[in-house]
Amino acid sequence: MNQPLLNITNLTVKFPTRFGEFTAIDDVSLTIQPGEIHGLVGESGAGKSTIGAAIIGLLQSPGYIANGHVQLMDVDLRKLSPADYHRLRGNRISMIFQDPQTSLNPLLTIADQLVETIQQHTPMSDSDARDHAIQLLDETGIPNPACRIDSYPHQFSGGMRQRVVIALALCTNPELIIADEPTTALDVAVQKQILQLIQQLASQRKVGFLLITHDIGVIAEITHRVTVLRNGRVMEAGETAQVLGAPTHEYTQALMAAVPRLNTKLDRFHNIVKDDPSAEEEDEWDVPGASAQFASDWLLGKRNTESKTDVPSTHPILEVNNLDVIFYSNQPSWFRKRTGFQALNNISFKAEQGKTLGVVGESGSGKSTLAKAIVGLVDPATGTLSFDGEALPPGSKRSRQHPSRRRIQMVFQDPYSSLNNRRSVEAILTEPLKLYGHGGRNLDSRKLAASVLDLVEMPQRSLTKYPHQFSGGQRQRIAVARALIAQPEFLICDEPTSALDVSIQAQMLNLLKDLQTEFGLSILFISHNLAVVRQMADTVVVLKDGEMVEYAESETFFTSPQAEYSQLLLNETPSLALLE
Amino acid sequence: MLTFIARRLFQSLFVMLAVSLLAFTLFRFVGDPVAQMVGQETSIEDRERIREELGLNDPVHEQFFRFSKNLVTANFGYSYRTRQPIGEMILSRLPATLELGFFSLIISLLVGIPAGVYTAIKTGFLSTTLLITTLVGISIPTFVIGIALIYVFGVQLNVLPVFGRGETVQLGWWKTNYLTVDGWRSLILPAVTLGIYQLTLTMRLVRSEMQDVIKTDYIKFAMARGINYRSVYLHHAFRNTLVPVITIVGLQFGGIIAFSIVTESVFQWPGMGLLFLDSIRYVDIPVMSVYLVLIAFIFVLINLLVDILYFVIDPRVRDRRQGA
Amino acid sequence: MWAKIKRASVENELLYLFLHSPVAMVATLIAVLCIAGALLAPWLAPSNPYDLASFDLMDSMVPPAWADNGDERFALGTDDQGRDLLSAILYGTRLSLMVGVFSVAFAAVLGVSIGLMAGYIGGRFDTIMMRIADIQLSLPAILTALLIDGVARGILPQQRHDELMLIVLTVAIGLSLWVNFARTARASTFVERNKEYVQAAEIMGMHPLRIMLVQILPNIMGPILVILTVDLAVAILLEATLSYLGVGVPPNQPSLGTLIRIGTEYLFSGDWWIVLFPSATLITLIISVNVLGDFLRDALNPRLR
Repeated sequence: MNQPLLNITNLTVKFPTRFGEFTAIDDVSLTIQPGEIHGLVGESGAGKSTIGAAIIGLLQSPGYIANGHVQLMDVDLRKLSPADYHRLRGNRISMIFQDPQTSLNPLLTIADQLVETIQQHTPMSDSDARDHAIQLLDETGIPNPACRIDSYPHQFSGGMRQRVVIALALCTNPELIIADEPTTALDVAVQKQILQLIQQLASQRKVGFLLITHDIGVIAEITHRVTVLRNGRVMEAGETAQVLGAPTHEYTQALMAAVPRLNTKLDRFHNIVKDDPSAEEEDEWDVPGASAQFASDWLLGKRNTESKTDVPSTHPILEVNNLDVIFYSNQPSWFRKRTGFQALNNISFKAEQGKTLGVVGESGSGKSTLAKAIVGLVDPATGTLSFDGEALPPGSKRSRQHPSRRRIQMVFQDPYSSLNNRRSVEAILTEPLKLYGHGGRNLDSRKLAASVLDLVEMPQRSLTKYPHQFSGGQRQRIAVARALIAQPEFLICDEPTSALDVSIQAQMLNLLKDLQTEFGLSILFISHNLAVVRQMADTVVVLKDGEMVEYAESETFFTSPQAEYSQLLLNETPSLALLE
Repeated sequence: MLTFIARRLFQSLFVMLAVSLLAFTLFRFVGDPVAQMVGQETSIEDRERIREELGLNDPVHEQFFRFSKNLVTANFGYSYRTRQPIGEMILSRLPATLELGFFSLIISLLVGIPAGVYTAIKTGFLSTTLLITTLVGISIPTFVIGIALIYVFGVQLNVLPVFGRGETVQLGWWKTNYLTVDGWRSLILPAVTLGIYQLTLTMRLVRSEMQDVIKTDYIKFAMARGINYRSVYLHHAFRNTLVPVITIVGLQFGGIIAFSIVTESVFQWPGMGLLFLDSIRYVDIPVMSVYLVLIAFIFVLINLLVDILYFVIDPRVRDRRQGA
Repeated sequence: MWAKIKRASVENELLYLFLHSPVAMVATLIAVLCIAGALLAPWLAPSNPYDLASFDLMDSMVPPAWADNGDERFALGTDDQGRDLLSAILYGTRLSLMVGVFSVAFAAVLGVSIGLMAGYIGGRFDTIMMRIADIQLSLPAILTALLIDGVARGILPQQRHDELMLIVLTVAIGLSLWVNFARTARASTFVERNKEYVQAAEIMGMHPLRIMLVQILPNIMGPILVILTVDLAVAILLEATLSYLGVGVPPNQPSLGTLIRIGTEYLFSGDWWIVLFPSATLITLIISVNVLGDFLRDALNPRLR
């Protein structure tokens, strides 16, 4: 093998903190050949981005490289002076950031930014640099570049902006480009195009890419080789097909088992990654009498007293008819007529009792608006809702005491914002009890809260803690517990796992499935991730720009989608099929 | 652009209307105008006659209309205290305040902005020293700074005049300090006094805005492209701090006007601030209300200017406003 | 106990940063000393500076005790009426702090309520309140305070005005500072209101008042605490300035600003102490509060970390 483009050996990066030195990267080695796309995959906290920053020499202070070699062709990067390193950036190594919305200077035209970067590294006349810039935009797929070059960043769409970012990274013909989650902020269709562009650049220009991502699908789709990281250490590395298809390391196996597949539906995820046992609390702390069984009995007890007959009701639990939602611009003005934005257009569907209805769509399709309209946060323009056979007053007409406020509960997307950081878990969990006046004085609310925590597999001592002391997955469990304690019949989950790592996502999906089986919960499951919806849904609704383009049984939808848009969506979702 | 300015003008008109309503309320209902104008011995009949002459018995909205019309035609009425026309009083004092304010604004921007940029991007002895200085700077009341300067330069060293405008040159109705050596010497101490507080504010603001911008992705990306540091900081980062900084500079002009009251009082600088202060001490309501309207007018003008500057600097604003 | 604090401090970010910032600790110490001196003024002061009968014109303009012609009865000298300067400073600090604290408390309650409601309810109420705030913001605090004071003089008869002067002053300063609180509270509420925990509370049907006070308010206390400190310094500064201009506290109850004004008249004749000691006290007090404000701002600002 000839000399690799990038050769990292035994890299160790440390961050001094007040709790002592934290080793972010521990003895990592990897190589990249010219024209190779090398995937760096791992869950949050694995240290992926830190490696990228270490290579380009922009480690965030106080982090520093404690040990190891970083060699770019013939240059030992660690021996460079800061000034030489800065000259090398952009020239030989470039970088692409995650969010194209924020990585371009909003006050300068694309031409300004491109020409400046080109002239920085190669002496060139203004007009030559401009010609070169236009040529680059053309290469990265910007239509009509000679004209578009004088636009400002905000005049481009997200996908186009990411192309501009790539053009900027290519300016001086670098040998290595570090792409840090380059498609995470984009919709699947655009993601596909950007990935193709990266592939094309690697094969035509022989640029080496270090592709940092948490998305196994992206890795499987375009990388040649992959390095799997966990807690700053390399778990497994090698050819992508081999590592993902036939993983040898225990962690990689567990990781792969947790990835939802687009082509099969699993009843449960097996063999999932366990949390670090060392992080668990040693001392036991129990509320007397609290147990998962107690919570379970309590939840079931309610149901039995309420439904007098054992015959399941025949009508759907939720019915949505011809729902329209229009948003008006926030600022009323004397000068303009109020113009509306149609967020939802004529949506009708039924959700069956005890089943899961999946709602899919890209960003801006109106998924979350739909959820908000059902729970009454948004006023629909027209259309009716009915819940368990009774009409559900829309939006602000729904009184605060309306029974549906208890019977419909919601689990949100972002576990970091869905729990109030200033309230203890006990306060968070007992709040619904007080609000709904459950059980009167006889009920030991503390015991119940502890029991429900047990039910969602959280330690009971969590009651005394505050949300910031938990990880994202644990917070999401608490959020589910808060919803459960209201004894709901209908649970709306708005992207409940999109902020979570895959292994945590698998645990969460398992939990939801278990709860559904045990308590007969009906679920409305919203997600942009088709593979996840496949695992959960019995019926699927597809939204595009506020309109319902398909409404079908899940199995039918995934095997033979009818609408053109659904087919497109399914095709563009990165799949692991090629590995199997 | 034109429609945008027209819209802003329209909004400004509303603000001016609100302010003149406030000034009118002040003028009409705080104290009895007639009681202020006549002596103790004036008979009730005479008072009633004056009321009638002044139109104080007319419906309130008519009075307000007349009041506004007078304001627009610069017919400001008479001071209770000096019995002089207010328009003349203000006109004779306006140049003093404007020249003082303008000079100290220049001082505060010329020193404050570079110092703010410097402390944002560099750490070290000079940076720390500057920061400590600003903390002390915002903590010392303007009048104490003035007194200290008077004591050092006027009393101890005796090198600069410590009160009044000194020698001035008359240009039409405008009396200027800028054309004589003595005028400049008289200007230095008050302008420095007035400028220091604004200077520290400017510097701290520029610094914090700049620090925020430096943490953004596009600055990191510019770094990762190897753009030279000078350009990253001055071309990329500083430009982006300009928008918030301009807003504050606009507001600062307000601060300057306000603190000119204090400075003028310390240095006996014969400007509008001193006039306002006297009008408060002697409850000279007409002067107070005209001063209020005038200040509001200046602010509206400055805000308009600030908006137009946004327009020039930020392409996003341009597109949004034109699209609308 | 120290060990306990040490341990807690590792968990509590703010405490940790505080214990590792000597500047902040010194500033707190000074601020506490000033507050203690002000609170205990009646017991600490050698004489009562408000009691005109207790001092003698024969004792006027005595320099500090250590200077030539000093009198050991008057550690920091006396003013033009023979008032003991040390006592006057202690009582003056008390007055300055009192006006400062009450006016900031007034501004905070008013501003935070308005900001919280504007941010949470939004719509017309928000537009109108923020328009008013904008207009008021363009009128600098000192101008607003002067205007309110002027209006009060116009409405109240002279005698009543002297009696109510402290209240007028507090209200005037408070009204000129509420905007800062309102804008900060509104901006933070805006961020919080879009967080999912607020939506969760709304879905459950929680009362809006409870959402604002129990759910949102604790989450926006950080930035408000910063404004509280910074504005305390501004309020003290404003009171001193107004008193210096002669429109502040009543003349028979001198505050630090009043003392400085009196002292300025004698500065040119070389009687420096009447200006120097009150100025030094005032500046020390304001600097210590500002240092604390700066510390809080940096410590509570996640962007800077």
